[in-house]
Amino acid sequence: MSRTWAYLSNYLVYSSMALYALSFIAHAIETAWAVRVTTEDSKKNMDYKRTEKVARIATAMMILGFVLLFAGVVARGLSASRVPWGNMYEFSITGALAFSGAYLAALRKHDLRWLGLLVSIAVLLTLGTAVAVLYRPSAPLVPALKSTWLVVHVSTAIISGGVFLLANAIAAAYLYLDRMETRGGRTAWAKRLPSLENLDQLSYRLVAFVFPLWTFSVIAGAIWAESAWGRYWGWDPKETWAFITWVAYAAYLHARVTVGWRGRKAAWLCLFAGSTFLFNYVYVNIWGTGKHTYSGL
Amino acid sequence: MSQEIEVPELGSVGLLRYGWRQLTSMRTALILLLLLGIASIPGSLIPQRTQNPISVGEYFKNSPELAKWMDQLFLFDVYGSPWFSAIYILLFISLIGCVLPRTIEHFHSARALPPATPKNLDRMEHHTSWPAQGDELEKARDWFKSKRFRVLEKDGSISAEKGFARETGNLFFHLALILVLLGISFSSLFGMRGMAILNVGERFINTTTSYDSLNYGKLFNEKNLPDFALTVDKFVAKYNLVTSSPEDYTLDVKFAKGDLTQSELRTIKVNSPLKMGNTSIYLQANGYSPVVTVRDSKGNVAMQGPVPFLPQDSNLRSIGAIKVPDADPQIGFVGSFVPTYARSGAEGAVSVFPEALDPRLLLAAWIGDLGLDGGVPQSVYRMDTSKMTQVGLKSLKPGETFTYPQGSITFEGYFQWVNLEIVHDPGKNFALLGGIVAILGLLASLFTRRRRIWIRVGKTVEVAGLAKNAAPGLDVEMAEFVAKLKGEK
Repeated sequence: MSRTWAYLSNYLVYSSMALYALSFIAHAIETAWAVRVTTEDSKKNMDYKRTEKVARIATAMMILGFVLLFAGVVARGLSASRVPWGNMYEFSITGALAFSGAYLAALRKHDLRWLGLLVSIAVLLTLGTAVAVLYRPSAPLVPALKSTWLVVHVSTAIISGGVFLLANAIAAAYLYLDRMETRGGRTAWAKRLPSLENLDQLSYRLVAFVFPLWTFSVIAGAIWAESAWGRYWGWDPKETWAFITWVAYAAYLHARVTVGWRGRKAAWLCLFAGSTFLFNYVYVNIWGTGKHTYSGL
Repeated sequence: MSQEIEVPELGSVGLLRYGWRQLTSMRTALILLLLLGIASIPGSLIPQRTQNPISVGEYFKNSPELAKWMDQLFLFDVYGSPWFSAIYILLFISLIGCVLPRTIEHFHSARALPPATPKNLDRMEHHTSWPAQGDELEKARDWFKSKRFRVLEKDGSISAEKGFARETGNLFFHLALILVLLGISFSSLFGMRGMAILNVGERFINTTTSYDSLNYGKLFNEKNLPDFALTVDKFVAKYNLVTSSPEDYTLDVKFAKGDLTQSELRTIKVNSPLKMGNTSIYLQANGYSPVVTVRDSKGNVAMQGPVPFLPQDSNLRSIGAIKVPDADPQIGFVGSFVPTYARSGAEGAVSVFPEALDPRLLLAAWIGDLGLDGGVPQSVYRMDTSKMTQVGLKSLKPGETFTYPQGSITFEGYFQWVNLEIVHDPGKNFALLGGIVAILGLLASLFTRRRRIWIRVGKTVEVAGLAKNAAPGLDVEMAEFVAKLKGEK
């Protein structure tokens, strides 16, 4: 029974990869065609219509990929009768799910389709690494992980991570376009992208939205550590880097709200904060010592 | 040539005031905050004494010069180091200096009425005007009331303000951080943390001498150790048959508190410690204690009982030392215990499963001076064989005896041991409360929009609004307001 679920999960993850790949291709075609779309009068333009069509296909593929990946993650959990957050393979497929989920959720309010190319390739690479390098057979949890806090702590950490990375991608886009503008203006395809001011606001709003959730995730982790390890804070490498990420984003929010940083400086600080999160995920999980050694590698 | 530079006389008070202002400025706070983040990095990359003393020891063994130099910079105790403490203490002083005046100011402004309507509303954002119908002011009053605005009505105009929760939340967030820090300090001053290794069947009475290791805060009083005793009744470890990884640990104890006359059965698991007020008892590790009987050449028992061995891998191959200082000459055994025995070409005896399915005790017997009288503390799991000679090697199954010229040793069987950590942490609830308040404050401060809306009614109705911190959403609210006034909704 459990093996059936594990196989099903694998098939679902593979299928979702195919869809993310299709989404990536559609986004690439969209970007290529969009170069020819003139901004003025474009609604009547034939080029505009087919570009719009392929963009819709790209998003539809992404949504389907998201649904399949979601099912794959759920099946992975069912295969071991637990939440699917026991090792690095499972963190990665859930993280990819959270990242594309954050993108799709933000898409409902903001026209972010220009970011789809980046999101689909990032998800594809994450899933590829997960399947090829990080894969471990489904197995029960070690005693320290058997706790309700696993659900609370890990889910909030993964969601926060997904949104932080999305904010990072937007901040990176900001810096890229900013450089393009100072070097003589946007190229044809980049003209479709939002204004610098919008990008700046959007990455700030994403961070401000998810920072309380990250705070909660760290505190939930502390409560769990208190019952599992006998202390709520022990400067374990994972805890230390979670703290560094928290401090970096706190500095980012202060810099914006109180000191009034905008634009380039704020974007760099946002990128720095996001990179501490990535470092924590990649380095500490795989090469780090300490108590958070659940990668299974 | 140096030039005299005229420096205005500050005086010591002026200097202090200047220093205080610098310290409590937002810029300094921001730098300190980033500095705190950066200062935490080395402790996550370099092994720390509190977490990994063995790796620190290896640093000292491999490159003593570098390690000594690093130790002087407190790089093995980053989070207790003076420079790390300096950063966070300065940060918190800066925080207090920043938050307290703001709290007072906010308290005053929260009780004050909103400022009067500006004269020229057409210069403000979201300005619209239309011919008056007559009842706009009344409608506006109702609308502000239903939306819980604070209002000031004067000369046919209303100035309304909302969103004080933003600053309230912000202040609560920062005050809560101070509470968290106080909780942590309280724990480290009045708390205690001790470890005890107990074989199944053994009894533990909570006095300082019962611990194998014990650390307590500067202000902890030994009399505050709660009165309790526990007996290790049963320990069950379940392992996955394929991967050997542990699936469940269950420890049953007979627990007695107070005058120790009545005991009850309690269960301790990895995620559910035994709690008694602010004291908790955790199950931290487990292993095996082989039980041996050592006899001299005449057959007299020189030593008998369980000896805890230290696990080395996930299959619980364990190493240990059996020391018999009372024998003449002194005898010692360096041993390893494998719960499920197998032979591997490269490594010799290995364990292939953590449960004791086919246990073996592998021993090397040594005769000579155990070196225990020199006063240098020794690990109980290791033996200094520099002044000893080896007299034999043997692998024993339970019940078997190894006889050497000076006597014999019998492997009687084994016990399981558990490592209990007993923690008294009086500050953790303050830290938790601080954490909860911090999140609530954060939510209030990040998701509250502070804004003002004005209306003036004469021949025409004029409305305008102002969103602080350029918070979005006021345009929607203004549209709703205007629709209400015009009676469109």
